[in-house]
Amino acid sequence: MLEFSLHNAWLIPLLPLLAFALIGLAMHRWPSVSAMISILSIGISMLLSALVAVLVFSLSPGEIYEASVRWLSMPGLQVNMGMLVDPLAAVMLVVVTGVAFLVQVYSLGYMKGDPGIASYFGYQSLFAASMLGLVLANNFGQIFVFWELVGVCSYFLIGFWFGKYSARDAAIKAFVTNRVGDFGFLLGILFLQIVFGTLNFQELSAAIPGYTNAAVLLPIAVLLFFGPVGKSAQFPLHVWLPDAMEGPTPVSALIHAATMVAAGVYLVARAFFIFNAIPQAMTLIAIVGGLTALFAASIAIAQNDIKRILAYSTLSQLGYMMMALGVGAMTAGVFHLMTHAFFKSLLFLGAGSVIIGMHEEQDIWKMGNIAPKMPVTTWTFIIGALALAGIPPLSGFWSKDEILLGAYASGHTGLYILGVLVAFLTAFYMFRLVFVAFFGKNTAGRDKAHESPAVMTIPLLVLAVAAVLAGLVNSPLMHHVFGHFINAPGAIQPHPNTAIIVFSTLAALSGILLAWLIYQREVIKAEVIKEKFSMAYKVLYNKYYIDEIYGWLGVRLVDGAARVLFWFDIHVINGFVNLTAWFTGKSGETLRYTEDGQVQTYAIYMFAGVVIVLITALCGVFTALA
Amino acid sequence: MIGLSHYLIFSTVLFGIGIFGMLSRRNAIAVLMSVELMLNAVNVNFVAINRFVTSGQAAGQLFSIFVIVVAAAEVSVGLALIISIYRHRKSVDLNNFDLLKW
Repeated sequence: MLEFSLHNAWLIPLLPLLAFALIGLAMHRWPSVSAMISILSIGISMLLSALVAVLVFSLSPGEIYEASVRWLSMPGLQVNMGMLVDPLAAVMLVVVTGVAFLVQVYSLGYMKGDPGIASYFGYQSLFAASMLGLVLANNFGQIFVFWELVGVCSYFLIGFWFGKYSARDAAIKAFVTNRVGDFGFLLGILFLQIVFGTLNFQELSAAIPGYTNAAVLLPIAVLLFFGPVGKSAQFPLHVWLPDAMEGPTPVSALIHAATMVAAGVYLVARAFFIFNAIPQAMTLIAIVGGLTALFAASIAIAQNDIKRILAYSTLSQLGYMMMALGVGAMTAGVFHLMTHAFFKSLLFLGAGSVIIGMHEEQDIWKMGNIAPKMPVTTWTFIIGALALAGIPPLSGFWSKDEILLGAYASGHTGLYILGVLVAFLTAFYMFRLVFVAFFGKNTAGRDKAHESPAVMTIPLLVLAVAAVLAGLVNSPLMHHVFGHFINAPGAIQPHPNTAIIVFSTLAALSGILLAWLIYQREVIKAEVIKEKFSMAYKVLYNKYYIDEIYGWLGVRLVDGAARVLFWFDIHVINGFVNLTAWFTGKSGETLRYTEDGQVQTYAIYMFAGVVIVLITALCGVFTALA
Repeated sequence: MIGLSHYLIFSTVLFGIGIFGMLSRRNAIAVLMSVELMLNAVNVNFVAINRFVTSGQAAGQLFSIFVIVVAAAEVSVGLALIISIYRHRKSVDLNNFDLLKW
């Protein structure tokens, strides 16, 4: 059974794909049947993934299973399609199928009564298939195909309520922003193919350490990193992710928190051998990640929309993972990816439960003291928030601690301090959200609040258990088993450091304490702080005006370019056309006087022509003779 | 002894007179006559070259007869046109025939 699951791992993405086809082609008239097909397929995929993971983790570390078939072949180019099952892929399979399954079950409750349920579950299945295909891909070409597929699913699902202008705009924004990143990514892949003649991960990882031409490898690495910057919403292409919250909340949980946005992190981990060969590329990744982490965490402090706070938190945590990979702590980055997938999807689903319970209210200031009305949602949400803040012994603590440890041990002290600061900010904004939304003084909305049905609370409970326990796999309690399997040559594996643990925990606790003082006890009035730092607050509230800057730049650039091109069109292109016409007209006007209607004049022209031809011909004869 | 070059010089002179007449005469009938002169210069060439260069064959003589036939047809059409124009314009002066002018 275990062997079967490994050798047939391609079934894992195929089942949701079949579900998508079935729903799209035949079952879209029956919403509940569609939902069942989708959930059933992802459920079987989840079981298969679990079996694969059990088998992979019972092999010795470093042992992998790879299979591929030829897709197309021509002289000088062979494109294969295949799958690569290694511990990294196995972890991702379990995370993706697990979260996708829970989110789909939860969606049964959340999307109840929506007229588009069938297509919703169709897209969910397509997304699951694409994401699992991405995880299993054994070469860059294939990963790119699935990369685009998850992107298009994201587009469909952000714009799922396409009746809303904001949803439509957000979907387009996400797609266009990702295009920028994917363009660089594609260029990087093409360069890899040109330079190394293969896109296969195993072959590349064998070829790259022996390749010393950094002048070629650095641009490739930077171009490849464009993809993760777009997909994982790193600064400066982060702008699409907060707007992506226009989609249904379960979509935000699955795609825009747990899985798709982590694809960028997964890719950097997968291609770690390329980036790790170039120290400058690693520094770039670490700095981009660190900046994104701090930048997004600071924005989250000043937001009022429950989903947007979580969105900025996701940005910040993705930056954290990138930073981990950039400093060389590959294990820590992937570990945080896994724990984050659990607790962040838990938080999003909790937020969705609150939104449903409050009848589509998303402003945290309009909630207030809903904890007694929604006990399950509240307590699971608090578990998620504690895990995100990094309070021991929850999962976030173990992974965040490893990232900080990695940053410190690799000598990036600046990034380590930044990481601690982000940990503090994270705890602060999460508990600002918790205290204001769940325990606030505002009671206006409390009476209408109600707990969500079991179909929504059970996934919350399951995810809460995962959020508590997932961290143990790489803790001393389980002898860092995760790190033995998920590792890369050249990645650092630092030894635990008690001081680091104490500092990060203290930072998180003080963040929670500060939030409690300001928003619960109101020892320090939030309004007073807002007044005192009104400038800073405004900047944070407006997300550093990045959208405005892009808008302004876009207008300036597009408008300016349009003006220049308009001038060029009118004066150069049109001028040339007019010149031609003018010349033709003028020459006709002049030449017509030679046409006097006299047949003898024409005869003279003819005769003159004959004479000229004759002279030319004779000259030719004479030169030939001479 | 009269050789090929004499005939060729004669035909060139004849052709030149024809060209000059065709270009300079204003009378349409005179122009037509000049054209006949040019055609006959060609005929002289045909016959002379036939006689002195390819004396065993008759192609040159045959062609001159063709030219005479075609010239006769041409003259009849040309005269018909001139008569037609004359009936409209009461003139055969080519300077008056400038309807195609700009």
